[in-house]
Amino acid sequence: MEKFEKLTGIAAPMPLVNIDTDMIIPKRFLKSIKRTGFGVSLFDEMRYNRDGSEIADFVLNQPQYREAEILVAGDNFGCGSSREHAPWAIKDFGIRCIISTSFADIFYNNSFKNGILPIVLPQEQVDVLMKDAEKGSNARMTIDLENQVVTSSDGEEFPFEVDSFKKHCLLNGLDDIGLTMEKASSIDTFEAQASQARPWV
Amino acid sequence: MSPKTLYDKIWDAHVVHEDADGTCLLYIDRHLVHEVTSPQAFEGLRMTGRKVRAPEKTIAVPDHNVPTTAGREDPKNMTEDSAIQVAALDKNAKEFGIHYYPVSDVRQGIVHIVGPEQGWTLPGMTVVCGDSHTATHGAFGALAHGIGTSEVEHVLATQTLIQKKSKNMKVEITGKLKPGVTAKDITLAVIGETGTAGGTGYVIEYCGEAIRDLSMEGRMTVCNMAIEGGARAGLIAPDETTFEYVKGRPHAPKGAQWEAAMDWWKTLFTDEDAHFDKVVTLKGEEIEPVVTWGTSPEDVLPISAVVPAPEDFTGGKIEAARRSIDYMGLEPGQKLTDIEIDTVFIGSCTNGRIEDLRAAAEILKGKKIKDGMRAMVVPGSGLVRAQAEEEGIADVFKEAGFEWRLAGCSMCLAMNPDQLAEHERCASTSNRNFEGRQGFKGRTHLVSPAMAAAAALTGKLTDVREMM
Repeated sequence: MEKFEKLTGIAAPMPLVNIDTDMIIPKRFLKSIKRTGFGVSLFDEMRYNRDGSEIADFVLNQPQYREAEILVAGDNFGCGSSREHAPWAIKDFGIRCIISTSFADIFYNNSFKNGILPIVLPQEQVDVLMKDAEKGSNARMTIDLENQVVTSSDGEEFPFEVDSFKKHCLLNGLDDIGLTMEKASSIDTFEAQASQARPWV
Repeated sequence: MSPKTLYDKIWDAHVVHEDADGTCLLYIDRHLVHEVTSPQAFEGLRMTGRKVRAPEKTIAVPDHNVPTTAGREDPKNMTEDSAIQVAALDKNAKEFGIHYYPVSDVRQGIVHIVGPEQGWTLPGMTVVCGDSHTATHGAFGALAHGIGTSEVEHVLATQTLIQKKSKNMKVEITGKLKPGVTAKDITLAVIGETGTAGGTGYVIEYCGEAIRDLSMEGRMTVCNMAIEGGARAGLIAPDETTFEYVKGRPHAPKGAQWEAAMDWWKTLFTDEDAHFDKVVTLKGEEIEPVVTWGTSPEDVLPISAVVPAPEDFTGGKIEAARRSIDYMGLEPGQKLTDIEIDTVFIGSCTNGRIEDLRAAAEILKGKKIKDGMRAMVVPGSGLVRAQAEEEGIADVFKEAGFEWRLAGCSMCLAMNPDQLAEHERCASTSNRNFEGRQGFKGRTHLVSPAMAAAAALTGKLTDVREMM
């Protein structure tokens, strides 16, 4: 997994609440058996007309946001399906960080597995950052994971919380499976005990 | 010992390892797999030379994009990309030695219907699947939730998940339901109350008289939509109804093991005075048949209500409601019962079980659907389909004018050819009314099976109580 340490980049504002995984990546793109190539289809139904032409006023089609690496989004971002194609599409587009007041649980976990940092902040702080994002490409935000701080283009700092294990994995680009494999003997022991206690499982 | 919730008990029985910061390695008893979210995970195993740690606890079935029309055993009758995904599942199931129900098997169906039906899902288990509606299995008092593809690979390789414990939330439905009100109305009414983010960070335990009174089918409907309320999982404590359902299923324990299992299962309830971090209570007798008007499952209203105005909301929901009303082609103030529909879908992991089909057939018996209506029943599994045929329910649907399809997820997520066309409007027994969910620019109103049947007859969203 790609490491995430510090990022300074353009933030795109998406104030809509309840942006669901069907909006992020519609199901007709789920038929791939690969993990890559979804970026062009990110937000497909909001981003393109049926004939494939771009919808000009969609935020990521606007010239100042085409290179966005951060999203500032409305409440409950990523609700809906468990499809990891949603973070795959976001990452493939080039977005590495999403800031919102809340995220759906599965999407939140999926993001960390793909080198994307989702940040939860209180409403009033997200409001400030949303305004900052609306300034366009001259206003660059900085995300510092090590120190757990978002810095707006005006230099205002917003500390955020992140689970220590998830932070460790993201900072170091660690693969969880490898880490868990190191605990194989604990799994063996658990399995032996559980097969005594609950042999029907 | 301090009193524990049902969730606490199941969690504690599955912790393999706990770090100082509370990060746990949780053992997984059952891993369900389907064709859409698993190919990349199996590919990951191949690339790293890893095996499936517990193939005997891993069950695969294609459901998301299989056609529901005859002849689908032949890949030529699938779209090319669907056939590739189904072929990949076939290959992976064989290569890694996991249990498998191909489309040619009568037991094939929606993964969340097949698991319980075959007795794979049992009380007190941990169950995961690369699908958010895994919450369904919580109806058995199993801790069940959806995971992403990276986690699918993690479970395949290690039979564990890295997790932090959620908080405990209690949703109590007191009293009795009124006639015409079903499990679907309960679960939608709860989401209407809490909002789609109201359960975020929690595992919900549903309890109360109205929940106890439900069949296993009804309980599965309730837990299925816990995810639409944002919860990691929904749970219902197992009781005689649960044990009765489980007993004799192909993979349920038998003989002495059954007795041993029962001894443990009977301890799976929330202790008196156990702590819940959040409590929501609804009165069963006050719940009406409900429908959704918007594009979020929280956009729920009783069928007697009118379409709201954006100004009825606050904060970010004002703009979201404006967008929803526009997308849905509705007017604020319009009576919900004046909304005309052209499509009816009965099926899905929410409402594709035998009891759902019976409830719809009860309304349809001896009647015809409205002229021009496209109406489709997609049983949740081949066995549900066979049972409905045996009970004569299939004939009721066919005589009323419904298409009688083969099992799969179908128009719930419209990955197969069962889709809405632009601006078509569907009364659907599925679980999501998101924009584009059932087809590009398609419009979805979530309802119970009985309400869907009523709408098929009148051509409008209809209060089913007027037909009873």
